[in-house]
Amino acid sequence: MASYIIRRLLQAVPIIIGITLLTFFIMQLAPGNPMQTMINPKIPLSEMQKVQEELGFNKPVIYQYFNWLKEILQGNLGYTIKTGQPVTQLIMERLPATLLLTCTAFLLSFVIGIPLGVYSALHRNKTPDYVLTVVSLVGISIPSFFFGLGLIFLFALKLGWFPTSGMKTIGKDLTGIALFIDYARHIMLPAAVLALPTVAVVMRFTRSSLLEVFSLDFIRTAHAKGLSKRVVIFKHALRNALIPVITIFGLSIPFLFGGAYITEHIFNWPGMGSLGISAIVGREYPVIMALNLFTSILVLLGNLIADISYAWADPRIRYS
Amino acid sequence: MSQHADLASNPAVPEPLSSLKKDSIVAEAWKRFKKNKLAMVGAVILCLLVLAAVFAPLISPYDPYSSVKNQAGMLNVMAPPSGEHWLGTDSLGRDIVSRLIYGGRISLSVALVAVAISTCIGVLLGLLAGYYGKWVDAIIMRITDIVICFPVLFLVISVSTMLTPSIYNVMIIIGLVSWTTMTRLVRGEVLRIREMEYVEAVRALGQNNLVIVFKHVLPNIMAPITVQATLQTAEAILTESALSFLGVGVQQPIPSWGNMLQDATSIMVLQFKPWIWAPPGIAILLTILSINLVGDGLRDALDPKTKN
Repeated sequence: MASYIIRRLLQAVPIIIGITLLTFFIMQLAPGNPMQTMINPKIPLSEMQKVQEELGFNKPVIYQYFNWLKEILQGNLGYTIKTGQPVTQLIMERLPATLLLTCTAFLLSFVIGIPLGVYSALHRNKTPDYVLTVVSLVGISIPSFFFGLGLIFLFALKLGWFPTSGMKTIGKDLTGIALFIDYARHIMLPAAVLALPTVAVVMRFTRSSLLEVFSLDFIRTAHAKGLSKRVVIFKHALRNALIPVITIFGLSIPFLFGGAYITEHIFNWPGMGSLGISAIVGREYPVIMALNLFTSILVLLGNLIADISYAWADPRIRYS
Repeated sequence: MSQHADLASNPAVPEPLSSLKKDSIVAEAWKRFKKNKLAMVGAVILCLLVLAAVFAPLISPYDPYSSVKNQAGMLNVMAPPSGEHWLGTDSLGRDIVSRLIYGGRISLSVALVAVAISTCIGVLLGLLAGYYGKWVDAIIMRITDIVICFPVLFLVISVSTMLTPSIYNVMIIIGLVSWTTMTRLVRGEVLRIREMEYVEAVRALGQNNLVIVFKHVLPNIMAPITVQATLQTAEAILTESALSFLGVGVQQPIPSWGNMLQDATSIMVLQFKPWIWAPPGIAILLTILSINLVGDGLRDALDPKTKN
């Protein structure tokens, strides 16, 4: 196990380097010299030239790449073009809100998706199975912004059950349980929008995985031993069927972060997604690229964790 | 299996074997596809949408670019649905039915071109990686690993903010970033096919690699490629509409289903003028749903083994 983890970590190193190279390459498409945005605009003009030289403004691009990488490793993701704020600080301010939203959606996906998948598999080719299949297809097919707008229209504007936007009620000093309820009311709709496609995927995956396990010999043996249906399903079949579902953990991470862009925009959720949207509108390239870099590394980490937990859950995988 | 059964029951085969086999594969797939009710519904809806897009100038009641004036000579802005304008007019007084039809034309062609690009790249890289193996495989798969880390929407958004937004840029960008799944799929299939005896035989006959790859390997993996390309089209429509909704895709005044929903970010429009934002949203949903249904149907029809 330890050697497997080390091997996977080593494999991740060239990918991280590749991610930084690709990010740097895309940055070159931006108008102006992208390296300029790495310099704090508040330093005096007399020092500007010295810093520019240090970063290799007159040197080849590849030299600039290494200097850029050095800055990134030191936690400098550049400064915004218009206000000169450090991008790292901007992202760190927005990170908690995005993590709260994506983690909630992540939990919802599995808490709802797995039971529905099990239910669907147990009622295979009967009405509930067909209904759930169609629902999951619609869930995968509906554009998140349309679903989000629809939810706001119905549950916030027409029924008034949930607030239309934001993360908490502004101007109210809430504490304890009331604060929690306020957060919960605000997160409900955006988390539902973000979770819907993953719920659908988890459900379909659980269903097919469970059906596959049902056809295996050891399940027949368990039935033949006279075990109750309940024990066979939940103790023997489900435990094995859920192992491949782990891969969905990894796959759903880019999905959730990509979806956060649009969901946060629609619900005015104060996270990295709405930061990204305002950066798009204001053409703040340093922010856009920093978000790209940040997210892709998060995705890589998520995949790593998924791979390692898969290997931990299913020892056969390591030797393949 | 059933082909062998056909041959056995009919010893006098008039045509050359190859043509018979080809016909029966497609015909059998179609037979299986026809039985799938959901897939057929999807196919019919998709055909209607494509026909509407192709014949847009003939069937749209108004010009999608010009604002309509009412009898008083004022611009007929945000008019609710009526006999004249079935789905009303938008914030600039343009007929929504017409914009919907033309928007479909734009959205579908963007998706088709983008998928054509991504399929070409994906299949080529997958063939190279799978057939040649070794360092070619290592390099291509590492690049794939890198690109796959960026959520497609993120990547598309960042590139498109740096270029001037236009339909062609949207097509190219979506095409250039969404080839990774296809590459992995094709590589896996090629690895499987490469070891088969018939490929060995062709190689022993002294055929060069190019002929082997394109004439003997590629035709055998067309089924999964077709399915993947179909599903990818749905993905591309989603990406394009999201981009246009955010304002970095297809730009006004050119209609696209995505940018028709932009008005709905205003609470007033969202609450009181649902005819402006609901139709394009439903159009996207219907299109993607029917493409997904057709894709699933194709998978079951072309490869009956994987059906569970």
